[in-house]
Amino acid sequence: MATAPTSEAILAGTGAPARSGGRSRLAAHLPRFVLYAVLTLFCLYYLLPLYVMLSNSLKPLSEITAGGMMALPGEWTTAPWSAAWSSAQVGVEATGLRPYFVNSILMVVPAVALSTIAGALNGYVLTKWRFRGATLVFGLLLFGCFIPFQMVLIPMARMLGLMGLAGSVPGLVFVHFVYGIGFSTLYFRNYYAAFPTELVRAAQIDGAGFFRIFWRILLPSSGPIAVVCIIWQFTNIWNDFLFGASFSDFDSQPMTVALNNLVQSSTGVKEYNVHFAGAIMAALPTLFVYAVAGRFFVRGLMAGSVKG
Amino acid sequence: MSISETARRPGAADRLRDALPKLVLSPTVAIVAVFVYGFIAFTFYLSFTDSRILPSFGWVGWQNYENLFRIRAWDTAVANLAIFGLLYIAICCALGLMLAILLDQKIRAEGAIRTIYLYPMALSFIVTGVAWKWFLDPGIGLEAVMRGWGWESFSFGWIKDSDMAIYTIVIAAVWQTSGFVMAMFLAGLRGIDSEMLRAARIDGATNFALYRRIVIPQLRPAFMSAFVVLAHMAIKSYDLVIALTGGGPGTATELPATFMYSYTFTRNQMGIGAASAVIMLMTIAAIIVPYLWSELREKS
Repeated sequence: MATAPTSEAILAGTGAPARSGGRSRLAAHLPRFVLYAVLTLFCLYYLLPLYVMLSNSLKPLSEITAGGMMALPGEWTTAPWSAAWSSAQVGVEATGLRPYFVNSILMVVPAVALSTIAGALNGYVLTKWRFRGATLVFGLLLFGCFIPFQMVLIPMARMLGLMGLAGSVPGLVFVHFVYGIGFSTLYFRNYYAAFPTELVRAAQIDGAGFFRIFWRILLPSSGPIAVVCIIWQFTNIWNDFLFGASFSDFDSQPMTVALNNLVQSSTGVKEYNVHFAGAIMAALPTLFVYAVAGRFFVRGLMAGSVKG
Repeated sequence: MSISETARRPGAADRLRDALPKLVLSPTVAIVAVFVYGFIAFTFYLSFTDSRILPSFGWVGWQNYENLFRIRAWDTAVANLAIFGLLYIAICCALGLMLAILLDQKIRAEGAIRTIYLYPMALSFIVTGVAWKWFLDPGIGLEAVMRGWGWESFSFGWIKDSDMAIYTIVIAAVWQTSGFVMAMFLAGLRGIDSEMLRAARIDGATNFALYRRIVIPQLRPAFMSAFVVLAHMAIKSYDLVIALTGGGPGTATELPATFMYSYTFTRNQMGIGAASAVIMLMTIAAIIVPYLWSELREKS
């Protein structure tokens, strides 16, 4: 049970009670080394694509085309990285991925902030100021997260045009805000549902109003769920491709769309090493979040799938 | 159990105060009403019109749906979704359950292993697609590497083969999601009452029987959640196909999501595109609505 405290702490956040140990299960019968061998094999399986991307992004193209994809670089070079960042042909222009990385940042930050704020307020109303039909309203908000977004592409394209936001980063911010409301409401609603309503009542009797109660009582204890919600929204919005591909122009494309263009559009010589470097760049922000706050990331994933 | 009801008193200020929570909620509810449900209604309506390159409102009844089911690319897309969806869900669940059970044996460094199994979920499907696209490419990837290592007859060209390309989508999608399914099952395993297992073991149950008769049946909620999440991801799969195969070779790996996009925006058959989107929505709703219903009802 040496690793028990850390490992179980992670899953405790999902609502599963930590299990007390002391059992042997399969352990007594299955040789331990077979167990570890299988687990290690799967580690290699999951790490393989990351290794392929990383090692091939650091070697000259000739080494890849000569059949050396699985080898470590013979000659280490960072040229593919600088090419992917600042000089590769993305679509029609040779700008590298840098401007699109900036687009993604400009898209993700306001969209995450707005949808998180909206989710916090919604969760507060839906749990502490319940009204007839509150659960139905919540269910309708939540269903909006699961619809195939193909269903909204056509009218949204027109609407963005009417709003003057077509093909712009603010347009993408708006779209992600709108379709992020459901999940952020889910997180805050479930979190605030466990928050003692008596405290809210007591504050109300003392004369505190709607916003003061939110600001002084609920918000100070909302840190953990805010982190979960922000990570979830950040990952989802950063990784989005469909909206980016549908509603952006050449100069407002997010990173995922630009990466796809880089990989698909290169006519003539395919610069695999540059593609891999670009892929890692597109993956770095979310991988960074996962590395730093993996615990919250897992909790967010689970809350998105288990229990309302 | 509204607080505002218990505190109700006459007067404009009080009425405003009572209405305040709903006023705060209403902008986002209105936004969702328009941008989710209004748009669904709009697309639904378009699926009965003669819209081509732009929305138009000439009523054509069921014509688009009749045409849709006569288009061979749609048949391909639906058949592909069936193959992809079934394999994706089945393999993810089998692999996820197996890894969860193996990881539940008091493994040293469990946290590190779990982190490795789960990180693909943080990646964009475009990134996953790029990595697997070149790794599966016979010219430079696995096949070339194996031949370079001396296995001259080794051949793995599924991604260029119309009959097999759909399975490469399964390979990449399983790689991305199976760790997440593992985490769901692991959480389920951690929630099982240990007393019951101890009692069964005292009664002489073998480990295999223990898992088959007691543990796995208790994972039913985890199976349900995994199924709903995976099925809805399968139906919405778009990015991965675009990045990995672009729907090709030919139309061999088209899915309904890619079909809808190309018919609506590149082939200018908006009515047919809308009809295909409606069918996607209906399929997802058939899975999601009962799930949300049961989850939300037992709470209230």
